[in-house]
Amino acid sequence: MCGIVGLFIKDPALEPKLGELLTDMLITMTDRGPDSAGIAIYSRAGDGLGKITVQSANPKRDFADLDKDLHNAIGQPVVMKIKSSHAVIELPLDQLDAARTAICALRPEVRVMSAGDSLEIYKEVGLPKEVADRFDLSKMKGTHGIGHTRMATESAVTTLGAHPFSTGSDQCLVHNGSLSNHNSLRRKLAREDILTETQNDTEVGAAYLTWKMREGDTLGEALESTVDDIDGFFTFVVGTKDGFGVIRDPIACKPAVMAETDQYVAFGSEYRALVNLPGIETARVWEPEPATVYFWNH
Amino acid sequence: MSKQTFDLAAQGLRELNSTLHALNGQTNQTAWDIINPKGSHAIAAGLDAPIDVTVHGSTGYYCAGMNKHATVRIKGSAGPGVAQNIMSGAVIVDGDASQYAGATGRGGMLVIKGNASSRCGISMKGINIIVHGNIGHMSAFMAQSGNLVVLGDAGDALGDSLYEARLFVRGSVKSLGADCIEKEMRPEHLELLAELLRQGEADGKARPEEFKRYGSARKLYNFNIDNADAY
Repeated sequence: MCGIVGLFIKDPALEPKLGELLTDMLITMTDRGPDSAGIAIYSRAGDGLGKITVQSANPKRDFADLDKDLHNAIGQPVVMKIKSSHAVIELPLDQLDAARTAICALRPEVRVMSAGDSLEIYKEVGLPKEVADRFDLSKMKGTHGIGHTRMATESAVTTLGAHPFSTGSDQCLVHNGSLSNHNSLRRKLAREDILTETQNDTEVGAAYLTWKMREGDTLGEALESTVDDIDGFFTFVVGTKDGFGVIRDPIACKPAVMAETDQYVAFGSEYRALVNLPGIETARVWEPEPATVYFWNH
Repeated sequence: MSKQTFDLAAQGLRELNSTLHALNGQTNQTAWDIINPKGSHAIAAGLDAPIDVTVHGSTGYYCAGMNKHATVRIKGSAGPGVAQNIMSGAVIVDGDASQYAGATGRGGMLVIKGNASSRCGISMKGINIIVHGNIGHMSAFMAQSGNLVVLGDAGDALGDSLYEARLFVRGSVKSLGADCIEKEMRPEHLELLAELLRQGEADGKARPEEFKRYGSARKLYNFNIDNADAY
């Protein structure tokens, strides 16, 4: 089943409440996905700075002195904030690739969840409320964010099988549905040197977008081609540095509701997820059309 | 007779539905207002009494499913499967309806004043559905009997594998499904349509002459070896 929520803030006055609103939406979607939950949240790092979100199954060991070791490795200032099993590392934007390589060498067990100038991804196994509490999601500020509650069908219930999946710098994907051709697509992508880490179908969807964009597609074009190349059921919501996008497969049996006011654009797998948003009573509420790409940008 | 108000947020769904189910048969409590629906699932599902229920707000999955005798008005939009398997009575949605509205409905009436999403009236078996706006793709798939009236446009594959339901569409049809064809509009159909528009609170909005009728070509009813490629 799975639940998806998304919130794109238009009125900056609402940015301090992004985490609170999104967390409430996420928890409402618990009965669509009680296995695991995740959230991608966008908030600009300081000028010239970027950030990397990392995750470890053994944070005590892996995060100890990671900032110092990384500073020594890349010779640049590094600020690390630990949140439970995740840590966000802020460093000069032009050092993101070098830092990513260094982290993998310094701490082989650490997984990079996201990298970019504004994206942070937090995801874990457990009820959405527990996951939200663990990372203090409701306190987070930002310009936009997407969240996912997972009811696993295609692969094991693990942290790495939870959504969102990062598809590239400041880009991520969440999915409701199940993909049928993910094994053949995974092999095809591997031949293109796009490697996946898990047996999860959605990760292949994310990897597919990464590949299409590497080949020169815009995100919009890459999303449009999912309709031809990806077989199965999907409602995808993707996050980008500036906004978010939505596409549903042509059959569109996975639900999707959207709402727009002067203050925000919101996405929910069900209307229930949207009912506590400010001004929802007078919002324009509609269902996105099948096989149609939607985008909202700042 | 008195009007009852039920606060769903305070009293909960089980309490609501068991209260309404207890009205089975004769009752003096014929008018109910449900407030704070907040998109909850299965609101007023399984009613079996001639009561009037008004839901003040939007509903989630399966509102008024399996309805018998009752009239349920939704002062908002309805989630997936509104009035699914309705037996009799009426369900009126002021806003839009999500996918498979009125699916498998065996009788009664569903009125949608906004648009309906995909698979509206899928496998309908006697229900009358009147949609004031548009309907999405795969509507009336395998529809067996009853009438689907659409004042706006229909999406792809309308009436795929249709049996004997009648489909009336005023606007454009993006494409017809397998074995669904346009049929002649005869006087009895215009008369039926006028009555359906009246019942569906749409008589001021459209005239029967503006509609086209679609129905089954009856080519898929029995297996024909010449059609083997179609399976």
